[in-house]
Amino acid sequence: MRILVNGVWRETAGRELAAALEELGYGSRLVSTAVNGEFVSLEERACTALADGDRLEVLAPMQGG
Amino acid sequence: MLRLYGTELASRLLLGTARYPSPAVLTEAIRAARAEVVTVSLRREAAGERAGQGFWSIIRALEVRVLPNTAGCHTVKEAVTTAHMAREVFATPWVKLEVIGEDDTLQPDVFALTEAARILCAEGFEVFPYTTEDLVVADRLLAAGCRVLMPWGAPIGSGRGLNNLFALTALRAHFPTVPLIIDAGLGVPSHAARALELGFDAVLVNTAIAQATDPVAMAAAFAQAVAAGHAARLAGPIEPRNFAVPSTPVVGQAFRG
Repeated sequence: MRILVNGVWRETAGRELAAALEELGYGSRLVSTAVNGEFVSLEERACTALADGDRLEVLAPMQGG
Repeated sequence: MLRLYGTELASRLLLGTARYPSPAVLTEAIRAARAEVVTVSLRREAAGERAGQGFWSIIRALEVRVLPNTAGCHTVKEAVTTAHMAREVFATPWVKLEVIGEDDTLQPDVFALTEAARILCAEGFEVFPYTTEDLVVADRLLAAGCRVLMPWGAPIGSGRGLNNLFALTALRAHFPTVPLIIDAGLGVPSHAARALELGFDAVLVNTAIAQATDPVAMAAAFAQAVAAGHAARLAGPIEPRNFAVPSTPVVGQAFRG
């Protein structure tokens, strides 16, 4: 299926968010996620189903003011 | 001591972590500022990148408290979602709530800000709202559950100092017991000293230090200014007058009478 990851279309076979993150290379990283604008916690990733066209945000710590 | 949401802090200089020439300079600037609280953010990271993880390792090693921001958010929904994401990554209920309403000045959208603050406070966040100097907005933010306010001095990164002294002084007088932190717009240490002299509890500085020719030296200078300003406030400054008052006693003056 095709999902929009941080604004870029990507192909993934992972049906749940946790599997998709693993496949996309975010495996053990400290990141936070949102699907279609809704926060998805670390605990919820394994049971959050993805659908074609979903918008995924994967955010990491960054400098800020 | 400065008390923010029950946390006691010796330093009244909060530091932003963006726009430094290198991670090493950032580290040294945090030390030179003797900052106990630094602001951090969340950004998109491509799977191949490690920038975010590296930055977070540096901050964790410094053992400072982090204040995650919602910089760049323009709506209530974006800000609330970003706050949730930040709480998970940084493991803190603190959030510097920014909802930008206008891109040239980065002026807060105070209507969206108060709504986002209400939602987040109800969910147990400890909200530090980046706001204007407006008294009524401040009142609404307190009613929403905020127990700290962060009025701007001037637009973010402008270095203009305390643009609206009248309103900032009124804000301080109107809310004498609420911790007020001047956030944004300071350019030089004298601006920070002035803020503390006026009774503000702390300042948050980023660009003025990060973009200085020597950020580490500037961080130390800001720390001294903040300490001096706070000490002066406690010492009780005199009121300005319109006319001269002789400082040397006039009694016994020669050649007169």
